[in-house]
Parts: sequence; C-alpha cells; structure tokens
Amino acid sequence: MTANENMNVVLVGVGGQGILLASAIVATAALDSGYDVKTNEIHGMAQRGGSVLAQVRYGKKVYSPLVPKGTATVLASLEKTEAIRYVDYLAPDGLAVISDQIIVPVTVSSGAATYPDLDEAALRKIFPRLAYVHAVDRAIELGNARAANVILLGSLSTKLDLTDDAWQNAIKKCVKPQFVDLNLKAFYLGRELAQNA
Amino acid sequence: MAKKLLTGNEAIAQGAYEADVSVATGYPGTPSTEILENVSKLYGDIYCEWSPNEKVAFEAAVGASTTGARAMTTMKLVGLNVAADPLMTLSYTGVNGGFIAVVADDPGMNSSQDEQDTRLFAHFAKVPVLEPSDSQEAKDFMKAGFELSEQFNTPVILRTTTTVSHSRGVVETADRVKLDRPHSFKKDPQRYVPIPAFARGMRVRLEERVEKLSEAASKSALNRVEWNENGDRGLGIVTSSAAYLFVKEVFPEANVLKLGWCYPFPDQLLLDFSNAVEQVVVIEELEDFVELHMRTLGLKPFGKKIGGEPLVPKYGPLDVDVLKKVRATLAANPATAKYFPNDAAPAPQTALPELPTLPNRPPVLCPGCPHRGLFYALGKFKTVVAGDIGCYSLGVAPPLNCMDTILCMGGGITVAHGMDCAKNDTPVVGVMGDSTFFHSGMTGLMDIVYNKGKSTIVVLDNRITAMTGHQDNPGTGKTISGDETFAADIAEIAKAMGMKNVVTVNPRKLDETSAALKTAIESDEPWLIIAKEPCPLAYRKKLEHGVRVNQDKCKKCGSCLKLGCPAIERNAEKVVSINDSLCVACGLCMQVCKFGALEQFDLKSSKGGLV
Repeated sequence: MTANENMNVVLVGVGGQGILLASAIVATAALDSGYDVKTNEIHGMAQRGGSVLAQVRYGKKVYSPLVPKGTATVLASLEKTEAIRYVDYLAPDGLAVISDQIIVPVTVSSGAATYPDLDEAALRKIFPRLAYVHAVDRAIELGNARAANVILLGSLSTKLDLTDDAWQNAIKKCVKPQFVDLNLKAFYLGRELAQNA
Repeated sequence: MAKKLLTGNEAIAQGAYEADVSVATGYPGTPSTEILENVSKLYGDIYCEWSPNEKVAFEAAVGASTTGARAMTTMKLVGLNVAADPLMTLSYTGVNGGFIAVVADDPGMNSSQDEQDTRLFAHFAKVPVLEPSDSQEAKDFMKAGFELSEQFNTPVILRTTTTVSHSRGVVETADRVKLDRPHSFKKDPQRYVPIPAFARGMRVRLEERVEKLSEAASKSALNRVEWNENGDRGLGIVTSSAAYLFVKEVFPEANVLKLGWCYPFPDQLLLDFSNAVEQVVVIEELEDFVELHMRTLGLKPFGKKIGGEPLVPKYGPLDVDVLKKVRATLAANPATAKYFPNDAAPAPQTALPELPTLPNRPPVLCPGCPHRGLFYALGKFKTVVAGDIGCYSLGVAPPLNCMDTILCMGGGITVAHGMDCAKNDTPVVGVMGDSTFFHSGMTGLMDIVYNKGKSTIVVLDNRITAMTGHQDNPGTGKTISGDETFAADIAEIAKAMGMKNVVTVNPRKLDETSAALKTAIESDEPWLIIAKEPCPLAYRKKLEHGVRVNQDKCKKCGSCLKLGCPAIERNAEKVVSINDSLCVACGLCMQVCKFGALEQFDLKSSKGGLV
C-alpha cells in the first residue's frame, strides 16, 4: 500500500448473516492500527431478506467511504450468488473468499427465477484467486453456526496488513464477552483455511 | 477528546450533545432515523420525542426554541414536505435558541419514493443550508449551525445524504459546553405573531438577513478553497457534500472550492474562486443548484452539461466510478482536454468471464409478517388497492401483487376515497399502517365519514413503526426512551370520528380476515378493518412450534408458495420444505394447503428441533 492508496474490503451476504459485525471488526482493527478508516453499510431494507453490502477502506487518508469498482483487495461473501453480484468490486489481482452457503431468494422458490449451479469449479472460473470455505459446516464443528462470518473474516485477513494483536483486540471489542473465545477460534480457523489461496 | 468511528447520524447526535441541545424531536425516516435514536439512547438529559409526524415534530422544536433553548428536529427528505408549512413562516419570525432541522436526502432512492433535493427547499424558505461531507463535519456543522442560527436569528437546515448518514468515519469528540441559560419566553408580538401588519416587516428583515448571510457565507470557515499545491490554476471544481470526497480522489490535482454552506449563496467567494482559475466545473449531487446560481452571477461553469453533452448526472448518487466517467468526458472534450495532459484514452474493456444469470434478491415481507395474511386474503377479491408508505409497500411485489397506488404518507385512505367519489367501476380498498394512520391517516378517515364516503379502509396495525427499524409510535404505549405512556386506540379514534363500522381481525387467521373484507367490500357504507398482529421482528417470541412438510401428503401444487414466504423453499424437483431457521410458525401456510401437508410440530419434543 503506497501513501495515497487505500486498502479496500468488500463484505457481502444476506440480511442476518453477520456481515455488519465482520465489517465492524475490520474497521476497528484498522483504526486501532493508526489508520484513517471509513466504512459504508446498506441499511434498512436489508433486514427484509435483501442483499447486504458492507465496505471498509483504510489507509493514511481516506476520502470516499465507498469502494471504487475494480479496487477491492478482498471480496468476502457469505452466500454464493451474492459474491457474483458484486464481482465488479474486486481488483484484478484481488482475492475472493466465498462461503459455500446457499440462501434461496423468494424469487427462486416462487418459480420466477432459478438458482444457478455453482460448484467450486464454476466459481473458480469467475474468481481466479479464490478461497472457497465451508464456513457454516466448520462453524457448526466449532459449536455455533453463527460463527461462519468470523471464519470468513479470518480467511480475508490473510490479505490485509494488520497485526495479530490488532485483530484479537478488535474481536474482543466487537463481540459479546461470552462469545470471544468462540470467535477467536473461528478467526484462526478461517486464517488457516485461506493460507494457500 | 476521543477518537471514535461514527456514522454520520451518530456524529450528528454527538454534535447536538456537544452544542447542548435541550429538545430533539423527529419522525422516523430512512436515512435519518438513527439520529434521534442516538440522541435518546446516549444522552439521557436531552428531551427527545418521536412525534406523530414531521410537522408536529418541527413545530414542537420551534416552540422550544422560542424559550431560548437550543432545539433540533430530524426527518427524511419527504418529511420536510409535511413540515413545509411551519418552515416557511419560521424563516419570517426567526428563532430565539438555535434551531436546526436535520433533513436527510436519499440520492439513488434507496428507500424513498422520490429524490428531491433539500437545498432547493432551503432556497424556497430563504434559510441557510449546511452540507457536511463526512462524519467529522456532520458533528462540527451541528455546532456551527447552532451558532449561525443564533447569530442571525434564523432556522438552519443541516442536509445530509444517505452516503453521509450511513457511512462511518473517524470523529474527534469533545466535551459538552453547557449553556446555562434561562428558558423563558419573552412576549414580543412583532417578532412572533405574523399577522399581516407584522409579517410585512418580517418580510423586509428576511431579505436583509439573506443578504447578510450571503456575505457571511463568503467568509465562513464552512466554505474553503483547497488550492493546487504546484500553483496550477487551470481547473477549479466547486463541490459539496459527499461529492467533495469523490472529487478529492478522482481530481487530486484540481483547485477545489468545497462548499459546506452553499445557501444563501456565497456570491463573493464564487466570483473570487472563478476568477482565480481558468475554468470552473461544478460537481454537485442531484440538482444544478449552485451551477444555476453561478450563471446568474455571469459565470460560465460546466456542470450538468459541457457544451451540449451530459457531464455530471442530474439524478442518482455520485461516487468515484461516476466521477471517473466525468473526468474521462472532460479529458476528451476540446474545451477542457488541456487540463488532463496525462490522461490516457480509456483502456478497452477486458472481457469479463461469463457470469450466470443471478436470481434477484428483493426485500420481502419477513417470515410471519402479519401483512402477508391480509394481502393474501385481499388478493382473492377483485378490487383496486390504494396503498401507503411502510413495510406493506412490499405487498406490491409478486406473488402477492396487492398494491395498485402509492402516493404519500396518508394517501392510502384519501386516494381510495377519491376513487370512490369518482365512482370507480371496481371496489376500492385503502391500506396503511398504524404509524402512518397516526401520521396523516386520521384526517382522511374523518373526511370519509364527514362526506359520506363508502371506502373500505384497512389499517395494518403491527404495533410498531417497522420499516424504519422499529420505532415506537402513539399506538405502542411507549415513548422513544421506553417510558410507558397511553396507547392510542385506532378503533376508538375511528368511532369518535363517527365511523360506525369498525372491526378488528387477526390477519394471521385467513377465514376471519376474508369474512371481514367481504362484508366491507360489498357494503355501501365505509368500513374500517383493523388487521392487528404484532410485527414478529419487533416482538420476538420464544418459539414453541415449528412447521414441516409431510411429503406423503404434499401434491406439489405450489399453493403455499403464493404466500411469498421466505421460509418456504422449493428445490428443482419441486419438493417443498420449510427453512427452520426462518420459520416463526405463523401458521398461514397450514391454512392455505388444501391437503393438510403442512404440519405443526412441538419444537421441544422434536429431535434436532431448535428451541
């Protein structure tokens, strides 16, 4: 990252998946590392099952809170089709971190649309640099399906220049005390899963 | 002093606190809602209220200001239409304690029915408008706004946008400076009573004030010039609000006049800046507000157009990507190409990998939403449905397809009445929510009774203002701070107005709801049906039951899918299943299935059930 450049992180998914918590942890870790930080979240209608887009930018000085298209260092998605919906945010050499979860929209169950066939190979054609994570299954193994968001956070953290301490402190600040241990485990599991991506 | 990561809305609340606001009022509306919620939550000694509508909120804040207290009111863009009446006259009478109306615009119409630019309202009312570009400025401009308001005896509008309100940025907070002033109304009819004899004097003073404000705006620190560091005075950009942030990224070399206080127009500053650079481009979100005024000063900026070509879009939100296109247009135009000597012609687009067609993921009524039952039942009748603003606007979408008009808050009742007055050939039903009823539905209902109308009106009473994130309202029995209060009864209000036919139904019971609708629609008299059931998101209950599909009984007919419930899923083989993590066991699908294939089960005794 040069002096005038920002790190751009885009997190997407569906309302209720914990996208906003993950973005808050990134922002807190960056702020505590001494960076200028801006974030943006889609509000309101998202709670009604719509798609959710959270953006975090940090650097020496950040003007726009919105990530320009084609510049995201990492695009993390908790749902497969949502990753593709926002593919144009990703930088040419950016990393996509995608959970294998499928959330069927009403347009599909009502028969008006179809959910595309998306296995790992299909995603790899769209995202040459891909960490494909079975986040929900792994979170259930850890004891709580809701930790999938922080597993994904661990995976995306491999591409950001923030220290281990910064991540740990941010997690401690952003999650309830009784869930800190679970989320730290989830975070490091996510890191491990994306090690070779 | 502390550094915090705050949204624009949180920063506005912090600014109100630091400026020692005494009274804060508002009506919920995206993207403004969290301002008042934060004032109420964080700063307990500030009086806060959700008013029934923006006009009431505005007027209550005006009353507070007349006593010498600092007061604020918050609303979304269209809320100011409702509060326009007091705004227009307040600029005549002026204020005593500082007064700020925070109005949140929504470029891109993320959750609004229009895209009006509040700066034009400020101009219309002749009141100053401040435009922060980020969270730090949002906080600082609140403090500056109160000082400005008191110094010039004028109401002030602080205009934010969705981007400013909902983005987070680093904010340096400060301590509150207590004002310790008496709140004491001083009688002064010539100042506060705009009967024509006094108002004519106020009118003259208003014009004098606008002149003075224009002079002050030219010198104000809220407006600043950021010169090119190498002394290049070729290109100058005039900008404001979040557009400034995008300009700084896309035009790092430009001379920038950053307007934080754009009206009353800082004429001298606009002239000085324009004369100091060769060519001015105005980059403003939505209307050509500053650009048009600059033309009246004899200046010739480019803005919405360059020559005959479109330049800066007149609608929709701006961002870095939009401004990159603006830059490319400028770089390619003979009139401005010289300011971009190093801009390469845009690279040919690299072919993106072929993408699958994605299913849309529109916002939908939640699982268990009581509105679903009402719309499903109503959909069985041949009617025209006049709708209103709220979660139930989503009833327009398939598969419910149950809303034919939306005009404004309150329009659900009055538009239906008008159709009936014109003797529309199909029966008409008007629908609106509980909060909307208190906001501006009551006068419409009174109109129907008074003028012997015949409309069927349904109030979707889910006991909360839901769409904006669950705010209390006069019907919920709680104030913004959670204090118990009287819960207004919609049925009693209607009866007091003379509405004879009032019936309350549970919209989760389809038979009961359909029967009430049939009676009302076939009647020659007006009816009020109150479809009453709490929003399951706002009033979460511990689930005792789940619902599952008995695949032996299911005929795959798809009837249950006509409810549009997100918890009902169907795979490629048309096998229907219930998503346990979404289902709240409202039971609607069980009533719709003719084959009894949807069965309730006890969550506690079921293996693997979620409790």
